[in-house]
Amino acid sequence: MTTAAMTADHAAARGAVDYDEGVVRLFTIATVFWGVVGFLVGVVIALQLAFPVLNLDLPWTSFGRLRPVHTSAVIFAFGGNALLGTSLYVVQRTCKASLFGGPGLARFLFWGYQVFIVLAASGYVLGITQSKEYAEPEWYVDLWLTLVWVVYLIVFMGTIMRRREPHIYVANWFYLAFIVTVALLHIVNNLAVPVSFGGAKSYILWSGVQDALTQWWYAHNAVGFFLTAGFLGMMYYFVPKQAERPIYSYRLSVVHFWSLIFLYIWAGPHHLHYTALPEWAQILGMTFSIMLWMPSWGGMINGLMTLSGAWHKLRTDPILRMLVAALGFYGMSTFEGPVMSIRAVNSLSHYTDWTIGHVHSGALGWVAMVSFGAVYYLVPRLWHRERLYSVRFVSYHFWISTVGIVLYITSMWVSGILQGLMWRAYDELGFLQYSFVETVEAMHPFYVIRAGGGLLFFLGSLLMVYNLWRTARGDLRDEKPYVAPVGAAQPAE
Amino acid sequence: MKWHAIFEKNVIVLLVGILVTIAIGGIVEIVPLYTIESTVERVKGVRPYSPLELAGRNIYIREGCYVCHSQMIRALRDEVERYGPYSLAAESMYDHPFQWGSKRTGPDLARVGGKYSNEWHALHMADPRSVVPESIMPGYSFLAEWDLGYEDIAAHLETNRTVGVPYSDEMIENAAADLAAQADPDADTEGLLARYPNAAISDFDGDTGRLTELDALIAYLQILGRMVDFTDVTAEDLKQ
Repeated sequence: MTTAAMTADHAAARGAVDYDEGVVRLFTIATVFWGVVGFLVGVVIALQLAFPVLNLDLPWTSFGRLRPVHTSAVIFAFGGNALLGTSLYVVQRTCKASLFGGPGLARFLFWGYQVFIVLAASGYVLGITQSKEYAEPEWYVDLWLTLVWVVYLIVFMGTIMRRREPHIYVANWFYLAFIVTVALLHIVNNLAVPVSFGGAKSYILWSGVQDALTQWWYAHNAVGFFLTAGFLGMMYYFVPKQAERPIYSYRLSVVHFWSLIFLYIWAGPHHLHYTALPEWAQILGMTFSIMLWMPSWGGMINGLMTLSGAWHKLRTDPILRMLVAALGFYGMSTFEGPVMSIRAVNSLSHYTDWTIGHVHSGALGWVAMVSFGAVYYLVPRLWHRERLYSVRFVSYHFWISTVGIVLYITSMWVSGILQGLMWRAYDELGFLQYSFVETVEAMHPFYVIRAGGGLLFFLGSLLMVYNLWRTARGDLRDEKPYVAPVGAAQPAE
Repeated sequence: MKWHAIFEKNVIVLLVGILVTIAIGGIVEIVPLYTIESTVERVKGVRPYSPLELAGRNIYIREGCYVCHSQMIRALRDEVERYGPYSLAAESMYDHPFQWGSKRTGPDLARVGGKYSNEWHALHMADPRSVVPESIMPGYSFLAEWDLGYEDIAAHLETNRTVGVPYSDEMIENAAADLAAQADPDADTEGLLARYPNAAISDFDGDTGRLTELDALIAYLQILGRMVDFTDVTAEDLKQ
């Protein structure tokens, strides 16, 4: 066959695939919407910690009820919609197949997932919670999510089965690991007996120390599989696409995929150091957490090295800059995590804001930034526009968010380490030097700075909303494009 | 990497491979917690929560107290000096779910029982800054206004029994009566104390004649850490 004939053949084959972009558009809108909601609630509860009067002393607005609204909104609503949307986009493109089950099943998946979010969040505000962190929804919401998730698995795997490519692309391995593992974690951690079928309240099957480890096995792997494996799947598609370079190493992707999913699952006990959990389990959790550093960096290296020969694009492409910064934050927080899992370090960091800072360097820096990059990539394509309304706005968004993140995590490092040290400080007579409330008082300036950082991050997301909305409308901002300086050295290909 | 082709060409093989890979860690870490008998220490005194304490615990959960308060004193010198003996696994063996927490925006509450008077708690809940000026805790004044709903308290005990808490038939039969008696200093509490030794009995919120959510919450807080008598615990009992 001649080259021309092959190309034509190829185009015909591609043209025959009726990609479902409508459902990806819906998920993209939901991602942005819930992102803004989640960031806003985050700013509110950050301010409540700095200025407790903002709790209003009403049941529905107190920190204890709003904090799960924030965590669920950003993880499951913002992050979840980003994962579902991009996975359905990526699996269709990389398999050259339309979604299994057709548009109907895909719409059920979309609306079913939104119902889950609304049921969960409204429950928290009304005081309906299991009190298991990141698994707060009660039994009836858990059952509904299980159904939706099974549909997701069927759509995703069914699409892979219809693929017209011999190989399953690496992004899909990560998405699949995320879907299957989250299903297992969700079911085991949430096994409960309801008091009555007409009421919301249930009692969890596990108790005490066993429940504690089951919970942190779940919660740490919500980080490992929801916020890491899933987003690595996203990274493996959008970074090479945006950089227009193939993935750096196939071999590295195989090695780090299997080692990452094998090691992550062991890491839960590092949330329970020096507690009533038997020491053997703590040591095991710590050991595997430290080993986890390597496969985590395997993903970072594979992503960053994909830019070989394309680094100059960072000057002119703020979307690529976001994706690369996300990988940088990913590398940083997956180094910090193993450090904090060491028992001696954890004795200081646990129960303090250091943990909160660590989570946010991963959540804001990695998860949100890579999602923003993916959304900026997707919107012009999904709405069939020539380009984004404004590329410069992407750059402004990048800088506003980055400054916000830096303020957030540095203030939490200082407050966390300060509080940890104050708790264990002794005076010259051998008594504890500070009462608890003195350590609370010392946190105030850092809580103010943190709220400022969060506010910047929130404002950045509003700029994104405006930019995306104008893009969807088909507007183009009259602006000077970013161009590489004349005479800038072009690297060898 | 030729050996890997089978995972890349068959999604079922990939799925099974993933499932096997992720199952190992969880099984090795969690299953022994059920099979190794010494995981939960053999100390005396830990009993199921009284109906009023259980109702209070559910309010504690509902308001998200665990978000800022841990109930797990770690085996570290400063924690033991600040809060009391380090927490044992046995002390939360009837907690469905556990309330160990992960963040101390406020202090640990594992041994808060008996540390403050009921009056202090009532004032503190209504307006935390009236008793601790630097506190950043939200106020919970509505708890003293809301009547405690407990028509289905027996069903709560029964569900707890289903998941493994040793509530007896007698406890379930008397659940509603025990609940009311614990908040009434004039009631006959002999049966209640026989079933739930060490239970604090008082009109917790100071509002006589009404049984409010605040009564239940304070009853719960006052039992925390008071079930085990640490004066007669030996090192042998604690070996995990």
